[in-house]
Amino acid sequence: MTKTVFEKSIRSRPVYDELQPRPGTAHLCVADGEGAEAVCDLFAKAGTAAAEMLARSHIIYVPGPTGTDLFAKVQALGAAQCHRSPSFWAAEPRLRKVLADAHMGLQVYLAGTETLIGLAQRDVIEAGLPHDAVQTEHRGSLSRRVQCVHCKGITENVTTDPFTCSHCGLNLFVRDHYSRRLAAFQGVNIDAEDPGTVPPAVERFK
Amino acid sequence: MSVGAPRIDVTVAEVVQVNDLIKRFRFVRTDGGPMPTFSGGAHVVVDMDDHGTRRMNPYSLMSDPGDVSGYEISVRRDEAGRGGSLYMHRHVTPGMAMQISYPVNLFPADARAKKHLFLAGGIGITPFMSLMAQLQPMGQRFELHYAVRSLALGAYVDRLRDAYAERVHIYVDEKGEAIDLKSLLSTQPLGTHLYVCGPKGMIDWVKATATGMGWPKNTVHSEEFLAPPVGQPFQVELAASGKSIKVGAAQSILEAMEAAGVDAPYLCRGGACGQCETAVVRCDGHIHHHDHWLSDDEKASQTKIMPCVSRFEGKALVLDR
Repeated sequence: MTKTVFEKSIRSRPVYDELQPRPGTAHLCVADGEGAEAVCDLFAKAGTAAAEMLARSHIIYVPGPTGTDLFAKVQALGAAQCHRSPSFWAAEPRLRKVLADAHMGLQVYLAGTETLIGLAQRDVIEAGLPHDAVQTEHRGSLSRRVQCVHCKGITENVTTDPFTCSHCGLNLFVRDHYSRRLAAFQGVNIDAEDPGTVPPAVERFK
Repeated sequence: MSVGAPRIDVTVAEVVQVNDLIKRFRFVRTDGGPMPTFSGGAHVVVDMDDHGTRRMNPYSLMSDPGDVSGYEISVRRDEAGRGGSLYMHRHVTPGMAMQISYPVNLFPADARAKKHLFLAGGIGITPFMSLMAQLQPMGQRFELHYAVRSLALGAYVDRLRDAYAERVHIYVDEKGEAIDLKSLLSTQPLGTHLYVCGPKGMIDWVKATATGMGWPKNTVHSEEFLAPPVGQPFQVELAASGKSIKVGAAQSILEAMEAAGVDAPYLCRGGACGQCETAVVRCDGHIHHHDHWLSDDEKASQTKIMPCVSRFEGKALVLDR
């Protein structure tokens, strides 16, 4: 899959690049769905240094929100540790443990959906690395994790705009305004002035 | 900040000879009031009237940020320098009235850090004195690795050991001791931030080693104030103020502008902060940049200059000031 192209937006909206091998004492990759291919590309770019890099790599993989499961591909890379979890939430305790035991020199690579990247990046920031020390590459679904700014409930895998808040039922317009702390975009009530006047939902985040 | 910026009128309260090369100065407000609060790592610019020559040198504050009754700086005598440190050593005595700038911090502790790793060389210890005094009562994790030429020239070694015990590691060049940087950097927990202050060679070595070992750019902090280098005199045209000024051999462009009555911005006066960045309107010749602010590309393009430390060689230099 080619690199996802995002339209220019407000400053708060995360931007992604392509993963590049960097010198480091250990390497941690967290990926979901099609992000597996970005991880494979990363080690391909390392060329002759790939074997040495893999010997110090830990890969955590979860299937994507649309069911894509390319674990066999990342497993075939032969990293020192390669682990598959059914969901990010199942993988998170492992991720936190790896970060808690890590030393400076660890390189972090996140690939896949915005939700996976955002959630993993939040744990990395919590562990003390600056947010811009993490490399990220988007692959796969554009579905979003959105927080309702009214009830604060979070709806996962939002694909349409507007959508109905899964917690309070308000009709929400999905903004590009993003919170690194929550790892979520903002959803704002679209028919507050004129209840019931809701534009038709468009599938913006396939 | 610029020449017209507000300053603090101070009285020299104390001058202490720390060792053969270093003197400590304590300033209190002449009006008896409290000093502005500052944060660890901050510096002030000390204004000196050196027998008709105005000198403004930046010095790190080394006193406890919790103490607003006065500020302390330590000055290393530099015989080969332009004269600021010699003036401080020879002519500044208790009771003297002076002026200093408000504190500015270009070297603060990063509040996101889980641990602070401080590396000091020689007089580069000063910002860490205020940083550690600030972090200690907050219960923050830090450790200091401090390289000195000899124990006799190692300023504050005893004081630091008394205050911070095993968190202080001293390396004496004379005894052949050196920081084992690779081991030190490879054993730091995730979330450690690295801070280095000392001679240029040490800063370059630490930054290059950390980068090579995969430390992210924004976890490595350094501070080095450059003294404006001396060189051949040259002429500068100031397009905005319509003046033509001569920059003397031991003068910086910034000082020459100030002497000509041009109110130019500055903060650190040492090529570190970027405040004095000025656009180059025309450059027929070569700019010797010297600063730590502009990127390599910007330097090569010769379209920007840092008047506090940069010099010029050639036919004509026109600045937008």
